[in-house]
Formats: sequence, C-alpha cells, structure tokens
Amino acid sequence: MEKHSRDEGAAAAQQPSEGIPAPEGPANLIDTDYVIGQDNVTASPLGINLDLHGKVFTFSSLVILFFVIITLALQDQVEPIYNALFSFFTGNLAWFFLLSANIFVVVSVALIFTPLGKVRIGGMHAKPDFSYLGWFSMLFAAGMGIGLMFYGVSEPITHFDTAMGGTAMENGVRTDWAPLGAAAGDESGAISLGMAATIFHWGLHPWGIYAVVALALALFSYNKGLPLTMRSIFYPLLGERVWGWPGHVIDILAVFATLFGLATSLGLGATQATAGLGYLFGVPDTNTTMVLLIMGITAVALVSVVLGVDKGVQQLSKLNMLLAGLLLLFVILVGPTLMIVTGFFENLVSYAVNLPALSMPFGREDANFTQGWTAFYWAWWIAWSPFVGMFIARVSRGRTVREFLIAVLLVPSVVSVLWMTSFGGTAIDQVINEGFEGVREATLELQLFEMLGQLPLSAITSFVGIVLVMVFFITSSDSGSLVIDSITAGGKVDAPKPQRIFWAVIEGAVAIALLLGGGLTALQTAVITTGLPFTLVLLAACYAIVKGLMSEPRA
Amino acid sequence: MYHTIMVPVDLAHLELLEPSLATVADLARHYDAEVCYVGVTATTPGSVARTPEEYRQKLETFAQERAKVHGQPVRTHLVTSPDPIADLDDLLIEAVDDVDADLVVMPTHPPKHLDVLIPSHGGKVATHTDVSVFLVRPAKQQ
Repeated sequence: MEKHSRDEGAAAAQQPSEGIPAPEGPANLIDTDYVIGQDNVTASPLGINLDLHGKVFTFSSLVILFFVIITLALQDQVEPIYNALFSFFTGNLAWFFLLSANIFVVVSVALIFTPLGKVRIGGMHAKPDFSYLGWFSMLFAAGMGIGLMFYGVSEPITHFDTAMGGTAMENGVRTDWAPLGAAAGDESGAISLGMAATIFHWGLHPWGIYAVVALALALFSYNKGLPLTMRSIFYPLLGERVWGWPGHVIDILAVFATLFGLATSLGLGATQATAGLGYLFGVPDTNTTMVLLIMGITAVALVSVVLGVDKGVQQLSKLNMLLAGLLLLFVILVGPTLMIVTGFFENLVSYAVNLPALSMPFGREDANFTQGWTAFYWAWWIAWSPFVGMFIARVSRGRTVREFLIAVLLVPSVVSVLWMTSFGGTAIDQVINEGFEGVREATLELQLFEMLGQLPLSAITSFVGIVLVMVFFITSSDSGSLVIDSITAGGKVDAPKPQRIFWAVIEGAVAIALLLGGGLTALQTAVITTGLPFTLVLLAACYAIVKGLMSEPRA
Repeated sequence: MYHTIMVPVDLAHLELLEPSLATVADLARHYDAEVCYVGVTATTPGSVARTPEEYRQKLETFAQERAKVHGQPVRTHLVTSPDPIADLDDLLIEAVDDVDADLVVMPTHPPKHLDVLIPSHGGKVATHTDVSVFLVRPAKQQ
C-alpha cells in the first residue's frame, strides 16, 4: 500500500510537460518534451552527491584540461597560434564586431520604447527576488568590476595623449593610435575626444551586449520554461535540436569562455594587485605573494558560493558597491570637483556627438584604434557575455523588460561615464594643470595609485583601492562559479553544493598553474577569440528576444 | 501532543523520503495530527517542474496521495528561492513558524566525516528551531 502510493507520487512528479501552468500570472510557455536534467548523470562517489549533464560536464572538463596542458607544455608554439587567430579576427573582422555591437545596442534601446517593454520576466504577476540595490549591485559587480579600477585612469589618459599627438601617416596608412581624426595640439578637443572614446568602450555597447544575452536567457528560462543555459537562446532557431549536440557545443564553449576568462583575469589581476601591494606596502613582488593572493581570493569566493546568491554574492556585491561609491565620492569631492561635475555633462554630450563616428563599422581611417581598441573590447565583452548574461538573467526575475533594460543598459552606462570622468578627468587634470607626470609614466597597474597619491589621505584611499580590486575579483569569481555549475548541470540551479565548490577551486587552480607555468596572456587571447562564435549566438539572441517577446502577454 | 507535523519534501528525490514518509504516517495517525508537506524549489525551471506554479500543483497532488495513505488532513506550503541549494536550511527553519508546526519529520543520512564541511540539512534544522525534530535515517543494511 505504502509502496504503491509512493510510486504514484513519483509518477506524478515526473510527468512530461503537458498543460504546464504559467509561471506567475500569464506567460507563454514553450511546449517541449525535454525534461531538465534528463541527460544528467547522478552518482555519489565517496559520499559526495553529484548531478551533472554527462556530455557537457565531461567534454568541458576535457577541453579545459587539454588547453591547460598544451598551453603549459607548448607555450612557445601555441602563443603565436592564439595571437595569429586573434589578430586575424580583430584585424579582418573588426567591422563585424562593430556592426554587431551596434545592432545589440539598437535592439536593446528600441525595446525600451516599444510596448514589448511591458512584458514581465517570470510572468505577469511575478515578484522580484531582489531589491533594486541588491539587484543593481550584483549585475554591476559581475559585469565590469575590475576593469574600471585599472582602466578608469589609464584609458582616458592614453586616448588623450594619442589624440593630442595627432595623426601620422606612413605609406598611406595611419600609424597612430588616435581615435577618429585625432585633435592634434588641441587640449580641450583631445580631452573631449579621449573621454568620448573611453566612454564609448565602457558605455552603451558593453552593456547592450550583456543586456541582449541576459534578456534572452531570462525570457526563455522564466517565461518559456527552458533551462537556464546558453543553448536555450537557440530554441527559436533550432527547435528540439538544441537538446542535442548543437546545444552541447554552445554550452561547452560558454564554459570554456567563462572559466578561462575568469582564471586568466584572476591570474593577471593578481599580478596587478601584487604590484599595487608592493607599491603601497612594500610587499615583495614574488610568485609566492601572487599565489597567496589567488588562494585568498578563491577562499573568500568559496565561502560566498557556499552561502549562495542571496547571502553570499548579493552581500559581497553590496559591500563592493559601497566601497566603490565611497571612493568615487571621495575623488569627486577632493579632486577637481567643479571640473568633474561640468565634465560629466560635457563628456555625455561629446559621447553623443562622437558616437556615430566611433561606432561606424565601415570606411574607418583610424584602423589601429578600431582594431586594437574597439574590436578588442567588443570581442572581450562578448566573450564574457555568457557568464555575465547568465548571471544577470538569474537575478532578474520579476522585472519588466523596460525596467530590466533601464537597469542593465542605461544606469550602468551613466555610472561608467561618471566613473571615467572622475578618475580619468582627475588624472588628466593633474597632467595639464598641475604638471604632474607620475600617472603618465607609471605602469598600467600603478596609474590608479599614482593618481590617488596626488590627493589627500592617499594611504587610506589606496588601501580602499586595493581592497576594492580584490572584492571585484571575488564577486566575479563567485558568480562565475555559479554560472559554470549550472551550465554543466544541464541548467539546474539546485545541483549539489560540492559541484559549485569544485568549479571555484578549479578556477583558482587554473589561475595558479598558468601564473607559475606561464601562458596567462596566451590563454586570455584564446578566450577573446571565442568572441567571434558568441557574436553569432548574440545575433541569434536578438532574433529570439523579439520573437519571444511578441508571443508574451503584456501588462 | 502534536497538532501539525511539518514534512520537507524534495519531489526530485522521492526515493530518499520513503522511510520518513512511513514514520510520518504512523505519527500523524497516533497523534491525530495534520501533516504539512513543505517544498522548496528554484524560481528557474528545474527537473520536477518548469514553473513554481507547476511545482505547487505536483506538491499538492503528492500531499493528496499521502492523505489517502494515512487518512489524516494534509496541506502544502511552497517556498521559492533563487538559490534553493544554498538557502534550503534557512528557508525550512522559517517555514516551521510559517506553517505553525510543532514537529518536523525529515530524512537524513547517517553521520559522515564530510558533514564537517557540508552539514546535513536535518542536523542544521534541528539545531536552529525550538520545535521537536525527528530525523529519520535509512534502514541499516544487514
């Protein structure tokens, strides 16, 4: 009797997806017979429970192992291959990256103003899982983080310098790195152009890229009932075939890009953070310091993934936001306040004015800038988009599409403008008005600290700066581990805990192996080349979003 | 002595529940208590259900099946979470008050060394609530 009814209960729980009720309030579920986790393998070796997508997990692990080994063993041979591949992509396909990124921005901006913006993620009556503050902190910390710390000072200064330098021709080809037509000798023109170029790389385009991936995943997961993995984006194009090999390949590629993207930035970031620690506190700049740093960052990230999205990642992201906000406020108040405030609006205008020219995919004369800066950035953001997009999607349930796009596209862009204006503007001001050359001469990782060194209380602010660098790493590392875990578990977010611990540890281990064995930059180049296939995924996502939203009920 | 027995249920792993379900049936009949089956599920689509609402319906079906077995009144309580695997213990501890239970019956595994790193859910719940908790271990294999 007991046994019998239990079986019935089990059968009821495993019914195929027929007549599935809407999530919360009306939504339009996709009718598929695929049961999430049907291709998963469960086992309990040594008493540890596992629940993994057999093929995606196995092949991802093998691919990761393969790349770590050949990169370590055949460094001199593989580095030129990665580099050649990468320069081929950015050199010959720069127009493709630029054009695609423009499409992503246009699609996401347009959706804000169409009636489709009224669709709510998770069904018409879905309630948000997180507060505005928690939600925004998480998406911002996962999306940009560390780059703002290092490039906030360095990029505006670099573009300002090259723009001041004017254009140079050799055999009819531009050899300078200045954006557009440069602004030779024109100081205010060079500032304006330099800031516009920086904001271009950190503004609407990167966030448009993230928004497209995140929106597509959120829509197909929360409203259409498909698993939260990259492959679901292709459902409108491939139909049931996404559950087979085409889907496996997309997911494996996403794991590759996410894991190596995180591990290489962790490795390179540790090098930069160690340089900062050495500059500030005289900590020896050795491999031991870097390895300890990576282990420390990984340990905190581990605690955070075990505590989960709500109590781990969210809290750290809020802390991150608080520290970044304080540092920003400090620079604005103590730095050239008036210049920053007016500069903010001037830079917004100059961004708007230069945007059409900067984003033009064809007929560009500033090849070095377009290929070396813009196409590089676009490939980089796109390679990160599976990770950031999936994470943003996971925390965005209950928001309307319009709300989502304003928070993922417009607000972070404005924050980036403010950040770049404050940090870059202050550094440029130091060069022009104070004749201080320290920032210009310092290496990339020290420029931020050189700039802060010219302001009061530099011991404190530099310390906050270095803590911020580390917390930014942790918040990327923990959300990345959660994303990889759910992809390799076939879209399950409730796979056993040891799996997310495994991925966080692997990330740190790969970073350490590459740091000691060499090959960090080589493999990072390999990651950026995944930007090309993912550009195709994102273009598919644009189609999927529009098609998916059209079939959703609107409030 | 007990009026409401709370029974956390994972519809994806019903086989693990079996020993505790028999215990619940006996206890419920003995104390003439109501049984509240509590489910915790992700907000994202999962293996049991593609939407939280679908999970709720399956939980309800399951509870009705159990009612036929033990004949005691049943109800269900569903908690959704963006990260159920991490939040499970806390959500269950909150649910004890939410459903006004005075006894929790849940399955657990025998103690093992790994518990130091990843504590069992049953153990965590038992140490963080003021109602009685009955942890049911799988039958010993002879």
